[in-house]
Amino acid sequence: MNRMWKIFVKGLVAENPLLMLMIGLCSSVAVTSSVSNGIGMGLAMTFVIVFAEFVISLFRKLIPSDARIPIFIIVIAAFTTMVDLSMQAYFPALSKSMGVFIPLIVVNCIIMGRVEAFASKEKPLDAVVDALGMGLGYTWVLIGIATLRELLGNGSLMGARIMPESFQPILFFTLPPGGFMVFALFISLNLWLKRKMAANAVVAKEAA
Amino acid sequence: MNLAKIFISALLIDNIVLMRFLALCPFIGMSIDVSKSVGMGLAVTFVTVIATVVTWPLYTFVLLPLNLTFLKILVFILVIASLVQLVEFYLKKNVPGLYASMGIYLPLITTNCAILAVTFDNISKGFNLIESVVYAVGVALGFMLSLVLLAGVRDRLKTAPIPKFLQGTPILFASTSLLAVAFMGFSGLIK
Repeated sequence: MNRMWKIFVKGLVAENPLLMLMIGLCSSVAVTSSVSNGIGMGLAMTFVIVFAEFVISLFRKLIPSDARIPIFIIVIAAFTTMVDLSMQAYFPALSKSMGVFIPLIVVNCIIMGRVEAFASKEKPLDAVVDALGMGLGYTWVLIGIATLRELLGNGSLMGARIMPESFQPILFFTLPPGGFMVFALFISLNLWLKRKMAANAVVAKEAA
Repeated sequence: MNLAKIFISALLIDNIVLMRFLALCPFIGMSIDVSKSVGMGLAVTFVTVIATVVTWPLYTFVLLPLNLTFLKILVFILVIASLVQLVEFYLKKNVPGLYASMGIYLPLITTNCAILAVTFDNISKGFNLIESVVYAVGVALGFMLSLVLLAGVRDRLKTAPIPKFLQGTPILFASTSLLAVAFMGFSGLIK
């Protein structure tokens, strides 16, 4: 159980795919101008990575290593297509505002990276736990960035106005440059969190 | 005229990296110096144009008549992945000089989302084949331009006094943010 927890939790901070590993960046800046887009993208991505890791881990002994990359791509593309079509059917507005970024999940390096580094070697259950950790690690960053950008740039959250009337929205934050700037600050925050956690671990060790 | 419009808007106004946030991984990873940026830019231009020339007819003449448009994602990514492989083999055998200078960048291009995005854009924007190719060249050169610009900035950053909390990757994104501000100035270029 403890081992599972470790696999799960490393995706959240220490090996956070966006902030530490610096992969899968594109979608994270692009869709975070509003919180609902951030949540939608996070969940879509989590769905694809969980199923892709599960399926590939199930078949890991049957996949020849020479042909593994095309096979991974096909599996990932299949689940991405499912997400794309379901979102078009059930959430047309959300799907429209995210545009090309849903189909682009297929080339999201987080999925390819985890499938290659983890799912192709480990047991299916571990792979699902790893995928959940990575997916949620991705989602929390998206929601965090989106909250800050929507609140400051638009004065609202999930489309509902939060800030008082006198608040003048800072347009900068919803525009592309604001996305990059907020992202820079989040990386900085995560580095600080990681240092803090490492320092705490040392203190705990010395105390014991 | 129309073609020039497509080109300029793909190159500057909707710059693929700074305005549309695509291809950020190679943008951060490859903009180490100007010559690497140019190498990566040329490789991407090459593959984007070929991918466009292959996927556009494939979609229009095969997937569309057969009602198989839902296979778009799967087909396009496989086309791009195999194209990159083919280009790699061809260059290795016939143009070894170019291969040596471009070789390491080629495998990375498969996961460059800009290329897949261009092939989807061509379809969703309703371009014909010539417009698609012009668009592809514009996007790819826009990618190269942003890479070269960031490489120049990174050169200066080596000696700049950077605040402690921004050291490392954060300063790269902060610089990118300022580059993006500059690029927003192009937004009124075409009415």
